[in-house]
Amino acid sequence: MNADMTVGTKPTEIAHRLALQPHFRTLRLGTPFQPRVEALSSRQEWYDWAGYKAPSVLWDEELEYFAIRSQAAVFDISPMVKYRIEGPDAEGFLDRLTLRDVTKLRPGRVHYTAWCDDDGHVLDDGTLFRLSDTRFRLCCQERHLPWLLDSAIGFGVEIEEETEEIAALALQGPTSWSVLEAAGCPGTERLKPFDIGTFAHEGEEVTISRTGFTGDLGYEIFVNAGHALSLWDRLFEAGKLFGIRAIGYAALNRARIEAGFIVANADFVTAEHALRSDRVRMPDAIGLGFMVDLKKGYFNGRRAIEKSRANGGPAQLLVGLEIEGNVPAEHAIVYHNAKREVGLVSAAIWSPTAKRNIAIASLDRRYGRPGTADLWVEIYAMRELQYIKMMKRAKIVPRPFIKLPRRIATPPGRF
Amino acid sequence: MTSSDETRWDAVVIGGGHNGLVCAAFLGRVGRKVLVLEAEEQIGGAGRTHEFAPGFRVSMAHLLNRLHPEVVKALELEKHGLDLSPAHQVPTVALSSEGKPLILTGAYGEGLEGADASEKQAWAEVRAQLFRYADILKPLLARRPPSLDGMDLAASSAWAMTGLSLKRLGREDMRDFLRVLLMNVADFCDEGLQDDRLKGLLAFDAVLGSHLGPRSPTSLLGLYYRLAGELGGAPGAQLVPAGGTGAVMAAVRKAAEAAGVTIRTSAVAAKVFVEKGRATGVMLDSGEDIRAGKVISALNPATTFLELVGPQHLDTGFVRRVSNIRMKGDAAKLHLALERIPAFNGLPQQYRNARLVIASSTDYVERAFNPAKHGEFSPEPAMEITLPSIGDPSLAPTGASVLSATIQYAPYLLKEGWVAGKPKLLEAVLSVLERHAPGIRKTILHSELLTPADIEARYRMPGGHWHHGELQADQMLMSRPVFGAEGYHTPLPGLFLAGSGSHPGGGIFGVPGMNAARRVLGGRA
Repeated sequence: MNADMTVGTKPTEIAHRLALQPHFRTLRLGTPFQPRVEALSSRQEWYDWAGYKAPSVLWDEELEYFAIRSQAAVFDISPMVKYRIEGPDAEGFLDRLTLRDVTKLRPGRVHYTAWCDDDGHVLDDGTLFRLSDTRFRLCCQERHLPWLLDSAIGFGVEIEEETEEIAALALQGPTSWSVLEAAGCPGTERLKPFDIGTFAHEGEEVTISRTGFTGDLGYEIFVNAGHALSLWDRLFEAGKLFGIRAIGYAALNRARIEAGFIVANADFVTAEHALRSDRVRMPDAIGLGFMVDLKKGYFNGRRAIEKSRANGGPAQLLVGLEIEGNVPAEHAIVYHNAKREVGLVSAAIWSPTAKRNIAIASLDRRYGRPGTADLWVEIYAMRELQYIKMMKRAKIVPRPFIKLPRRIATPPGRF
Repeated sequence: MTSSDETRWDAVVIGGGHNGLVCAAFLGRVGRKVLVLEAEEQIGGAGRTHEFAPGFRVSMAHLLNRLHPEVVKALELEKHGLDLSPAHQVPTVALSSEGKPLILTGAYGEGLEGADASEKQAWAEVRAQLFRYADILKPLLARRPPSLDGMDLAASSAWAMTGLSLKRLGREDMRDFLRVLLMNVADFCDEGLQDDRLKGLLAFDAVLGSHLGPRSPTSLLGLYYRLAGELGGAPGAQLVPAGGTGAVMAAVRKAAEAAGVTIRTSAVAAKVFVEKGRATGVMLDSGEDIRAGKVISALNPATTFLELVGPQHLDTGFVRRVSNIRMKGDAAKLHLALERIPAFNGLPQQYRNARLVIASSTDYVERAFNPAKHGEFSPEPAMEITLPSIGDPSLAPTGASVLSATIQYAPYLLKEGWVAGKPKLLEAVLSVLERHAPGIRKTILHSELLTPADIEARYRMPGGHWHHGELQADQMLMSRPVFGAEGYHTPLPGLFLAGSGSHPGGGIFGVPGMNAARRVLGGRA
């Protein structure tokens, strides 16, 4: 601190001021579950998720992945940005804000949606929870409070960020419902995909939805931060015999690629992050065109999207690729006729469940239609300080890359 | 409720102020079926003449100095009763409480009385320069602002070059034009003039109606805006209309009616109908539903978009820009009913019909501005006074007089609130008047002081701002009223803007209305 600034200031005042400014002392905040996650992190491999300390791997990426597909995996999603949106005009507000028709979203249901700026460029995608007629929760990757507040001009609605107050867990995998049953959460067996329910926990109501980012049977649970640890303990106690495991993002990322989900600022650049004017994307360009509901009233970006469609649509298309061989093509350049550069892979893995080499890529429109022949990806594999350069055949395939019947079976299967 | 007849209008114009009427008249003249909706009983907006005391009539807008010649000519306003004859053109007098007044005769000081010879010479040069530069800006203030969307760089610069007619200037003059363009008026005046009264007058004229002091950057633009106006072919001329500005409004009304326009008064628009993403008509507060092919709003842009259309039909970024238009008025209006014609210190009899300005120096105006930055008014306000009943005795009972004064500054958001502040401002204004016209207070029969809050309520001008948006560099040209609605068409197909909130701006000008009509006829959706 500059010495001049402290002249005449009492030490107690300085201490008080410092206490009000913790943000630069703790560059990565812990979530309400941090003591439990920390204890399970034998690898201590962390990454930064929206200012929170989040695990990339806890003990073994491979085994964590298989916890998702064969057991019950717990992923701390507390850093996910959450907004409480409430008021008589909440429905109208969200209908104007987002692409899908919110009037069709019933209380007790969730839908996956996205929202755009005036130019029809995607600001973010996320899940919208309708908790009652007039109360919603919007969950997403990026922060949007100024945009939401400005969008609220003229609407009777209150908006509050509740990221810190609400802790959240994703419980995903074939035994996830068995864990809930053993933990004593009655009613959860009736939840169909995208349903919202509640169960009691320490005298409080906990919100649970049958949603997730894995393409598997799974749930997301939202609890007040103060009850986070006891909820964690309750689930892990109940899950002992069902193989419950905490996981990091690396494992989850594999599952989400298999499920064909995209990640903002990984598979596309959001409008407020893009520095280069050609990096912004309309919904049609990132596979979210299905959300655009032209049967409803006006929504942000509608005129721009309609105009773009009238002019032939976006310049790029986001597609699923299947690539020959077994070397992941992460960030590989996509070629046509092995010569002409036509796109880029944004995410790629060898899929253990599909037993295929899969990728998500953005391609120039001409080459992004299903059935495009003669697509290639150039993979650089570092092998003992030398790149092995491979040209591999690729073809456009539908997403998701895996379809698991247990994802939608209701009631869910017991283990 | 639906309208009684099945009339379908080609266009409905909301707002029967001068711009709404001008727009309607231009459309009517080419055969469009047009309806004008005016919320008040009288058309004319801030230009209407009202009786503020028994037998005393006055207009909020008391001077005419920029009604555009194209509007006058195309709508044949003179045929419809507009009187621009030089007889009504008036000089400007810079009053002085102690010394002699300075008198600018002819169109904005073609002659200068009361100054010494060297100052007369200096003024002739400065005046010529001001008009030369204002002339360059004139085309910019007449046509539609350039669009950044639809033009490539070459086209835009070609537009700018033609628009600015820079080529007409010599190299040195061009350099100087660009140098002084965004200067403040105080520094500009100090470069060429000596006389405090003259500099005070120019400073006052530059900032009149805006929230700027003479030393605020860009304040010179306001003077160019003033001098780009002309009347009867005389740049800078001004007149106090016979019959009040309401008579001018009546001429515009006649022109509109002659063009087949239907005018409805006491018809308050409550809502613009939007169907399938298009503006399709207007709902009145009575519930009556009026359908039209085009909806043209001559109201304030914020009122239009936020209240009549509603944010649900617009994009968030656009709504954000509209919400941020700066339009907090900083001027009040005083109307006095006087027993007799007041006698101002040193004012020769033949100049009582003049525009009288109390702004004895640049410092006087700047000091008047200082408190306004902090939500207060000055105990020494600057003001512009006319005695309209001199030129038109019908505005007051025989022997009596109307005094009309625009008071600069009076911040819209007064810190103490206008309920408490208004009597104090009146007292301050009357003290200043008393000093310049001793005995005037004893002759006051009635006074009406309109604060920006009153102007807002009475004339439906948000912020009480007569330009419907600060007329400063950041809210001019393609940034007026906001990007996305700068070309008179709006993001909502079928909806157009025609009011002073649009380029080029306010005053009894008529250009926004004329340009809007051209835009509508230009085939824009």
